[in-house]
This record gives sequence, C-alpha cells and structure tokens, in this order.
Amino acid sequence: MKTILSRPVYGTLSPQAGKSHLLIADAEGASAILDLAKQAPADFFASAHIMFIPGRTGDSFQASLKALKPAQYYEGPSIAAALPRLTWTLANAHMGLRVYLAGTEGLIGQMMQAAIEAGIDPASIQTEHRGSWARRVQCVHCKGITENVTTQPATCSHCGLLLLVRDHYSKRHAAFQGVCINAEDPTEIPQTEEIFR
Amino acid sequence: MGINFRKETFRDDFTFRNSPEQVKRFPFPYHEDAYMYSVNIEPHVAGPKNSVFEHLIDVDEHYVSEMQDRAMVLAEDPLRCQSLPHMTLAGWDLLELLMTEMAKGYPEHFTLTQDGDRWRWINRPLGIDDTFTFGDVSTLPYGPMEYITRQSQGDFAILDQRDGNLWMDAGMITTQADWSLDFDIGMNFFEWHAPVPLAHEMGVFTRALKFLTNIQQGQPARRLNWTMTINPRLDTSPENFHKWGSDRLSVTAENVGQKVHLRVELQTFFRLPRSNALVFPIRCYLLKMDELVSVAKWGRRFHRVLRDLPDELAEYKGLTRYRQTVVEWLSKYDDGAPTSPGFGPE
Repeated sequence: MKTILSRPVYGTLSPQAGKSHLLIADAEGASAILDLAKQAPADFFASAHIMFIPGRTGDSFQASLKALKPAQYYEGPSIAAALPRLTWTLANAHMGLRVYLAGTEGLIGQMMQAAIEAGIDPASIQTEHRGSWARRVQCVHCKGITENVTTQPATCSHCGLLLLVRDHYSKRHAAFQGVCINAEDPTEIPQTEEIFR
Repeated sequence: MGINFRKETFRDDFTFRNSPEQVKRFPFPYHEDAYMYSVNIEPHVAGPKNSVFEHLIDVDEHYVSEMQDRAMVLAEDPLRCQSLPHMTLAGWDLLELLMTEMAKGYPEHFTLTQDGDRWRWINRPLGIDDTFTFGDVSTLPYGPMEYITRQSQGDFAILDQRDGNLWMDAGMITTQADWSLDFDIGMNFFEWHAPVPLAHEMGVFTRALKFLTNIQQGQPARRLNWTMTINPRLDTSPENFHKWGSDRLSVTAENVGQKVHLRVELQTFFRLPRSNALVFPIRCYLLKMDELVSVAKWGRRFHRVLRDLPDELAEYKGLTRYRQTVVEWLSKYDDGAPTSPGFGPE
C-alpha cells in the first residue's frame, strides 16, 4: 500500500514502565491488548484501566479482557459515549500514567486528540491499528465529520455532497479530507466502490 | 504620483483586468519551453524597477479590490484565518515586516511612525489611521496577523520551526489553490504536502525543507509556482469548490481569451526575528489569455508548456477539462519560432 505521508504511523502495543496504564480499544483492538498481556509483568493489570468499545465484534472479547483482572474495566457503546469518561480520567491522572490505543483509525485518532488536549505528549502514546480501515471523513465544504466511511466516493452525512475521500489525513481533526467529487459537473455520478474495509 | 488602484471584482461579474503596464510586469514563470517540478528557489532580493520584484513586498493596482474580496471571504468563512495559540508573537513579527516594507516601498500610500512601542500606521488606500501598542493585542481590532493581512495582498502562511521541521501553525488563506488551512493547520511540511503527486518521489520536499529551515533573518528567498483559473476568481478554495467547479466546463474556443487565466504564485520566505518562525507570503497574479498572447514570446512558450505538460500534473492542477481547448486556441499564437531562454518578454 502506498504510504500516505500525512497519516500517522501505527505500531505494536508493548507494556511500558509506568505507575498506571490506560488501555483503550475498539472492536478487534481488544486482541492487541490481549497480545500485550502475554508480555506484561504479573502486576501490570493491577494498575490498569481498560476502556473497550466492542462495535462490530459483539461479545467476542469481553470475557478475555475481564480475565486480565484490570483495576477498572469499562465498556461503552460508542467513542462519543466514552469521551467524557476519558476526559475525566485524563484530567485526574497522576504522573506516570501510560496510554495505549488500539483498534480503528477513528478510535486512535479521537482518543489521541483527547489525550493531547489533556497535555500528554503524543510521542509517549502507544498505538496499534487492528480491524476495520473505515475512515472518518471531514467534508471540506460544510466541515461536518462522517464516521465509518467504507466507500469511494462517500456521501457527506451532513450536507449530502458526494465526496472524494482523499489520501490526506489531519491529526487535529482525526479525519481524512473529503472534497466534492462532481463539482465540475454535478450530473456525473461516479460508481461507488467499497474500498476501506 | 503613486499607484492608480483599480475598482474591480473577482466574483459575480468578474470585472478584473490588467492595465498594459501591469501585463508587462507579470511574473511569467517559465524560463524554457517546458515545465517540471524543481526546487526553483532563489534569493529574494529587490529587483528591476517596474517588476514585481522591485520591492520585497509588492503592492499593485489590484490592491484595494483584492482587500475588499478578502473581507467578503472572511465574512462568509472566518476559518480561513487561524492562528494556534503559540503563534501570536510571530503575528507581531509579520505585522512589523509588512508595515515596514510597505511604508518603505510606497511612502505615498503607507506611513509607519514608531515611538518606542507606540506605533501609528496610516494606510491611505484603505482609509486606515490606527495607533496601537506593539505587542499588546488589546490595542488592535484583530490579532496582529489578521490585522495586517487584511491589508496585504496575497495569502500568508506562518510556519513554526521546531524538531527540524516546519509546522503550518497560522495563516490567512483566502485565495488558495486546492488546499484548506482549516484542514492542514498544525501539520508539518511533509504532511501538508502529502497530496502533491510525483514531487515526494523526486526528493523535492526533503531538499526544500533543508533549504527553508536554513533561511536566515534578512536573507529572504522566493520561488514561482503556477496553475490556471477559469474566470479571475481569487477564492478558488476547496471549501467553495462545489460552487466554482463548474466554471471549468464553461470554456469554449470563443471565450478562452477572456475567461482563462494563468495564475502565478510568487512564494517568498522570510525568517521572523522574535519568534524564529518563517513567514510564507503566497502572492497571486492573474493574467488573461488575451493579455498573455500580447507578448509574442509568452504566447509561443505557454502553448508549448501546456501542450507537453505530463497528464498527472495537469490532473493535479485541475486543468484536464479545458486543457485541449486552450492548447488549440494558443496554437494560433505559436508559429514554431524558437524562443529566447529566460523569463523576460524578449
């Protein structure tokens, strides 16, 4: 796959030295936490907080995550629903907190934004992509963000324009850029293909 | 005597045009009969009289009308002007640079009086006479960057320099070609150039970054870039692409001369003294095809450049829809005669 220079480079989660650990995942991202657990010291999860958004994986990962016996375990229905808890957690965090993000690009990007706003150095945050490559897309025209975009082109869920999803990513918006694909001739309706899986 | 400022529009009825004197000073960007990317950066030193390089900051006959167009863009979409919190000092640096250079180059139009931190700025063409305290944001009606760039032709990007990279952390961008400040703000040099085809593989950006991060105070640099615009529209933003994109379908053999414009960006780079940021003024010059072919060499050369441009570049610049029509129109002005090297008319 051709590199997109504005897109973050995701790594592989590994246990870091720290006083406490905040691990956030959605869907298949849970498996990255389970893989990290295999190399973690015995007392690692005694000071860990897991936040998990199951999404399309349903009930597949909950039992395994709980079996790690984290000090705190949270399960939420969506990234938006989890953000207030995350904001509170970061605002009340002490020195020595380590943050780990795993799962979709949308989860990593939005949680990263919240962590940066809380004053955490983004370079200290561990990230790992797992699961869907669906994109969050900001419409350059109306500025609205459309979640879970899997097609090219895609319809803006706010203003309805048909958008070309560009290979251009903003960390500040945690989103790719969408630009009207048929602005020159609105009667042209290109075929929609499912390409971001 | 000073500049005779034109009353004209860059939207709706599009009354923009260049006077014959302005055509002569147009920064024609091709030094040979072909175009490819290069790091074509050179020192930005004051150049010949009656050229756009005569002063470090160029003010021309379109000044007043361009500032009116900018005010309209900002009223519709304030996100075109943004500055991250750590960039205020760089904004003051820019205000000083622009006021100083405009007052020096055009004393009949602009006057700057400095009494310690107490400054008085008179901008006669726009009817402004403000006294303020340099460094005190509360003494100006806008932040320093917005205040002075509402009075300066061209877009302005202010780049913070840290970690060996440049960061797009502030800007006034109302006449851009195909990029959104609101989307790109906070990105580093490679990130905001990510969508540009071919050039990354050629190593252009790595070399350009190295050059730019080494620019010293008092030694500005410049380069020219170009694209084409249908109708003399300044606001060719992606934000409004769905409103102006269909202009590209309106080109016919009959209207090329008036409707199609060569759009040249004079990009300059200045190191700012207090913040160590770089400011990147992007000045846009428009030239109608009728005006372009009034210089025989430019007509021949532009025909050859446009005809032979690699498809990928034509696509990136958005020329695909009308390129053939324009090439055919230009071919009437190309007798095949050799052209002299260099940018000049002959």
